[in-house]
Amino acid sequence: MEQFTPIASLCGGVLIGLSASLLLLSDGKIAGISGIVGGLLPPIKNDTAWRLLFILGLLAGGLPFQLFLPEVLTIGITRSTSTLILAGLLVGFGTRVGNGCTSGHGVCGISRLSPRSLISTVTFIVTGAITVYIMNYLLGGAL
Amino acid sequence: MNSALAAFVAGVIFAMGLAIGGMTKPAKVVGFLDFTGNWDPSLMFVMGGAVMTHAILYRLIRKRPTPLFTEAFSIPTRTDIDARLLGGAALFGVGWGLSGFCPGPAITSLVSGQMSVLIFAAAMIGGMALHSVKYKP
Repeated sequence: MEQFTPIASLCGGVLIGLSASLLLLSDGKIAGISGIVGGLLPPIKNDTAWRLLFILGLLAGGLPFQLFLPEVLTIGITRSTSTLILAGLLVGFGTRVGNGCTSGHGVCGISRLSPRSLISTVTFIVTGAITVYIMNYLLGGAL
Repeated sequence: MNSALAAFVAGVIFAMGLAIGGMTKPAKVVGFLDFTGNWDPSLMFVMGGAVMTHAILYRLIRKRPTPLFTEAFSIPTRTDIDARLLGGAALFGVGWGLSGFCPGPAITSLVSGQMSVLIFAAAMIGGMALHSVKYKP
């Protein structure tokens, strides 16, 4: 199992909070990844450049880890192709229907004390936990 | 600094936060969601650090009349709890639990070139596109 990393996780969280604050201060936008990506499907005039550049930044920020600390980007669990496709469809569709994901609701929304974001975050953690329970204890840990 | 550069820098910092915080390791995310097993509470510290930081800075930034490089803040104003909010979050949680990936880490981890990430991210974008088709923006 993965080990408990409170200090690294807290530092990572602070960086995420700083990033969301920078995007708000500079561009007035919410750092919600599903909204930023989904807003490109289809692209809307004059509302595309910042989205693409933020996504480019998400990739660029991962590069040093891939080069020098690839362990950080390892998956560590076994999932079949069909499970990955189903999971991806659920994450993509669900975050757009529910107007946000871990970042938009879980970080930005909760920071504003938005009741919608609080309810959303509790909901996706609960259904995520139920899913993991079913996977790990009823289906044997791999799917 | 301008609007575009700021968005890029914000993306870079966001990705570093995800990677350092452990969000780009699906095994760790699943460990966080495994409340009845060998529970790893690390991701609570990611969310706690992010929310504490942004909650303070959000209040300071919103004292400004406008952002630095655009004309207005784009902040959601809805407060109603509807079926779409709950249903969407519920579906997202199932996908998150199945894979250990949420949207940000799925994009950042693309640089690793692992086939699983490519498949997940492609399906995720497909799911988002499906939503655009169903509810014309």
